[in-house]
Amino acid sequence: MAVTATLPETMVPRPYLVDRVTADVSDTFTLVLKPQYGTEQFAFRPGQFNMLYLYGVGEVPISISGDPNDPQRLVHTVRALGTVTAAMQKLKRGSVVGVRGPFGSSWPIDQAEGADIVIIAGGVGLAPLRPAIYAILARRERYGRFVILYGARSPKDILFSRQLERWRSRLDTFVDVTVDRATGAWHGNVGVVTGLIGHGGFDADHTVAMICGPELMIRYGVLTLIDRGVRTNNIYVSMERNMKCAVGFCGHCQWGGNFVCRDGPVFSFDQIADIFQVREL
Amino acid sequence: MNVNDAIGRSLAGNPVFASLSEPHKELIAGCASLKVFQAGDIIYREGQPADQFYLIRHGRVGLETYVPGRAPIIVDTLREGDPVGWSWLIPPYRTHFDARALELTRVIEFDAACLRRKMEEDQAFGFAVYQRMTPIIASRLAAARRQMIDLYGRPNERGVAWR
Repeated sequence: MAVTATLPETMVPRPYLVDRVTADVSDTFTLVLKPQYGTEQFAFRPGQFNMLYLYGVGEVPISISGDPNDPQRLVHTVRALGTVTAAMQKLKRGSVVGVRGPFGSSWPIDQAEGADIVIIAGGVGLAPLRPAIYAILARRERYGRFVILYGARSPKDILFSRQLERWRSRLDTFVDVTVDRATGAWHGNVGVVTGLIGHGGFDADHTVAMICGPELMIRYGVLTLIDRGVRTNNIYVSMERNMKCAVGFCGHCQWGGNFVCRDGPVFSFDQIADIFQVREL
Repeated sequence: MNVNDAIGRSLAGNPVFASLSEPHKELIAGCASLKVFQAGDIIYREGQPADQFYLIRHGRVGLETYVPGRAPIIVDTLREGDPVGWSWLIPPYRTHFDARALELTRVIEFDAACLRRKMEEDQAFGFAVYQRMTPIIASRLAAARRQMIDLYGRPNERGVAWR
């Protein structure tokens, strides 16, 4: 008797066509994808990621950076760091990419209603937070003060700079940007992103913070927020580990008792505080 | 509102010095005056005697260093409530960077020699000032070290590739 193995749906990449490729900053680009067949809408929660498969090259986990209220457009912002992502940077309109997902946990958009919101992003870490920003702005009246703090290496490395300007021009959103280094042509802030936290004007007792960026920045960001009085169960971070299967099976992204792909990538800090400082993990 | 009232109110609302006792606030205010810098004005130059220090009431100040043949490099920006300069506290009382007003900036200017003398004479006052300035120095040192790390440099391709 013949035996037919059936792969779970989450393990089979679905073909998507590249609808648009936009160069963002030097090594970072944004892909807008649409289904190759049919008109499937892609529902996801802010903070989740997909596995993007470049046929014949490899598969990488990439956070979704688009608007969760616009499921027609599947958007990913990618930094070209290695073989797969460098090859993705060369994709043209009409190229085919395999998509598995969405996977993982999400930012606490619903739970945070009524609270002040502080978004802290560094470098390309703004991309996984952008869906959260879209979601909060779409129902802005349900939240208190809304603070977006962003740090980049230099002025030319500022991601989504036009959007940051648009958000800053809103009367109900506080946006502050800083860079690590600049020359006199830059009129904005210079200094680390954690230095902006003290100027955010939020009520620490009633604040939910969401942080994404290099792990070191997350660490300093969390410490600064705790010093300011924000509770650890109200601080959410997005962690990065070596994700392969995306369904908590292969174990590559195991971090203490967690699989980052399945239990994360978004964690509340009190969930992970005990392992966060363990250097061997 | 007269000058003394303005200085008193600014000190009362300043995150660094608001917690000083009233007699200590009067001591510090006795060395203070109000000053305004236009955008682009140099407040002090690197290597000068640190004869003044400032509290920003409104505006922003850039700390810069000069590299021959290059545009000035901004190493930090300071804003409302921030002290500008700590070299006045530490011998040999010489500034480490240029300070430039990035926009119209209103400050309280303190006569550093006047303050140092009062801190010598009244060591409880001196301790109170050091207690408030030392965390500023420490946090700026830590921030400067973090800036040197190049946090946003290129990692390897593991995990999520958006960072």
